[in-house]
Amino acid sequence: MIKNSESKYKDYVADRSKYPQEEDGKAIIDLDSHKFTKIWQGPQHPGVTGNMSVELIVNGDEIVDAKTRVGYLHRGFEKLMERRRYIQCFPIVCRICVPEPDTNEYCVSAAMEELAGIEIPEKAKWLRTLNLEMSRVTSFLMWAGGQAGSLGMNTIPQWTVGMRDFWLDLFEEMTGGRVYHMYMIPGGVRKDLPEGFRDRVRAQIIQTKELLVDVERSFFNNAIVKSRLIGLGHIPKEMISEYGITGPNARACGVENDIRITNPYLKYPELELEMITGTESDAYERAKLRYRELHQSLNLISQILDKMPEGGEIQAKLPNVLHWKIPAGQTYKRAESTRGEHGFYMVSDGTKYPRRIYARGASYTHAISVLEKLACNITISDLAALMVSLHTCPPEIER
Amino acid sequence: MENLVKRIKEMIPVENFKKQNSMLCFFTVQEQHIELILSYLKNNEGYTDLIFLQAVDYLEENKFMMTYMLNNLERGMNLGINVFIDREKAEMTSIHRLWSHVWQFQREIHELYGINFPGSPRVTEPFVLEGWEEMPPMRRDFDTMEYVERTFYPRDGRETSDPKKHMKEKLYKNYTEVPKIRREND
Amino acid sequence: MENKDIKDIENAMKLANDGLPEKERALFADARPSHIGPANKYLEKFMNWARSRSLWILAFGTGCGATELRPLFTSRFDASRYGIAPRPTPRQASVFVIGGYASIKTIKRIVRSYEQMQGPKYVVALGSCTINGGMYYDSYNTINRIDYYIPVDIYITGCMPRPESLIAGFEKLKENIRAGECDGMNTYADNFDWYKKNQKQIIKDWNMPDYNW
Repeated sequence: MIKNSESKYKDYVADRSKYPQEEDGKAIIDLDSHKFTKIWQGPQHPGVTGNMSVELIVNGDEIVDAKTRVGYLHRGFEKLMERRRYIQCFPIVCRICVPEPDTNEYCVSAAMEELAGIEIPEKAKWLRTLNLEMSRVTSFLMWAGGQAGSLGMNTIPQWTVGMRDFWLDLFEEMTGGRVYHMYMIPGGVRKDLPEGFRDRVRAQIIQTKELLVDVERSFFNNAIVKSRLIGLGHIPKEMISEYGITGPNARACGVENDIRITNPYLKYPELELEMITGTESDAYERAKLRYRELHQSLNLISQILDKMPEGGEIQAKLPNVLHWKIPAGQTYKRAESTRGEHGFYMVSDGTKYPRRIYARGASYTHAISVLEKLACNITISDLAALMVSLHTCPPEIER
Repeated sequence: MENLVKRIKEMIPVENFKKQNSMLCFFTVQEQHIELILSYLKNNEGYTDLIFLQAVDYLEENKFMMTYMLNNLERGMNLGINVFIDREKAEMTSIHRLWSHVWQFQREIHELYGINFPGSPRVTEPFVLEGWEEMPPMRRDFDTMEYVERTFYPRDGRETSDPKKHMKEKLYKNYTEVPKIRREND
Repeated sequence: MENKDIKDIENAMKLANDGLPEKERALFADARPSHIGPANKYLEKFMNWARSRSLWILAFGTGCGATELRPLFTSRFDASRYGIAPRPTPRQASVFVIGGYASIKTIKRIVRSYEQMQGPKYVVALGSCTINGGMYYDSYNTINRIDYYIPVDIYITGCMPRPESLIAGFEKLKENIRAGECDGMNTYADNFDWYKKNQKQIIKDWNMPDYNW
């Protein structure tokens, strides 16, 4: 059991001595003793992030044991992709994660390009970077609505989810799709920016920043938000590599883990990008860190718009994609999504069909091992806030 | 990276070393050495993060390939370790003592591939499937299309057509074959 | 003599609740759903008008289509203008939105939530995956046609449908309700055995009552 030594977090560690036996930090639970109740939060519950459920054992309203139950969104993507040709895989991978589909598209097309030995043009790299950063902005805006909504603060979702919609309009203009873009195909991107697009994005950035001032005032300086989020779901530094925590959850306690900087891909090396880290990873710190990263993404978008060249090739030459054979090999491509490390592991065997594609989402560990660990000792009402603060996204757990 | 492999080769036999890109290497070890090599890499070489653990089905060779992907945060290096195991026996050493989130990968592989991990906690708990009676679905000999036709009720109207034929019939109805002109360059 | 016959028929009509453990069977009702016709033609017309003006949606995001429900309920599209509002529990909801593909594990919860909703109730199915399987037509874990498991009043096509088409779909649903055409609840009651047979064919571990009120 990891001990919380600092005084700030002391109050949040429940007194476990009242339970008779303990093993590995968790009380041994005898449901027949009628001291404990078993309840389910989800799947039909407004306080879960998407279609998943948490099986709780509670004593009063304090959670004694939690088990994440997933599988409500399992579509068997990995099996489906084994029966599809390489080019047929690309329209279905974006469906793996709904709020931020572009990371999937990037990883799978980058893996195919690496195995097939294709170099994509410079302009395509710029467009991909722009698309990835824009999708980070939409995902963060959705998260901000969720975090405030989980505390019963229903004004902020009205603002941020509404603002996200204008970003989706820009996506629609750029790619043709609102939620699922299917923009990055192996070998490049599907089309160039429309005319006047850069100015519209710049105007949108200004509007978003104006909105974020309001969000900061009403959310981060709110006494209720502070009293409920500070200390909730504290992740000590020792847990990071032990539980495979990545992304903002890890950066909030000072671990420098940003794949855009440590393993740079696309055009990130040419952009001014600094590592944002916090000190203590609790829900409030993570919220603040995500807020800063949202600003970082907005700045990156304006940098990209300034530095991106006007014309240029956007597609590398591909063989006939219907009969495209990729030589045997295996690779792992990773990218930074808003939730953490997102990666695709691809094994090819020299035929038209992939042997195996595995999608690794950051929520896979965050929503199961980490959530089960952190949910103990908190109250039922805080569980929704904790789940949103870990930024769990069920479809990428079970795929 | 070569130095690391040299150091590992002194301990255990290593095969198929391949540098995939500047950040990623793969090599193959034998099944009985996996716990040793992973704990060595975790404790001594800075490969502290396990990113994933997955299985690949090689039906033709009657083998499963397990892949352990490790991450070195300081150097930004990834290391993929492959282990081939027998498909008939389908049993693998559990490494749940090394990381606290390994059990959930092992539970997933147990459910979707039918590979057993003796001693792993909660390994027989259901993960994504409920009331599943067929063979583990991610095995390559499980035919998902055949299962769908047997179980669900497909709606009429979904048909597949050959793109070449379709284009000829629908899009280029008035197209007539023009005799090909041979140019000098041909 | 007559009384005995009626009792026999009533006993035969009762649901078996086979999936439940023996000691829990007494806790659940074993009556079937019944067909409820309109009491009075003119009253029913007024009631339908009133029903169409306040659609309360069950907040159960069963698939990825649920992502577009959030913009729909927030400031930009603001479905409250149309008398549409989300409710957290099935007891208060009148519209069930199936948000896209339904996996086998979800269809069990969908059936349960649908049966817990109080009548009159309507089902809106989003996306091509509920119509014929869509992208996942060959997936071993998602069903192909939702209308074999619960009655559907209206389909909205798209992958996924935009908020505008959702609003258009709800408007169409309102029209149908006013015309008295949305009779899914009675369809379910009339073809109860057929629906149950289909549901039990895919839900292999049936451990809930056959019809829970």
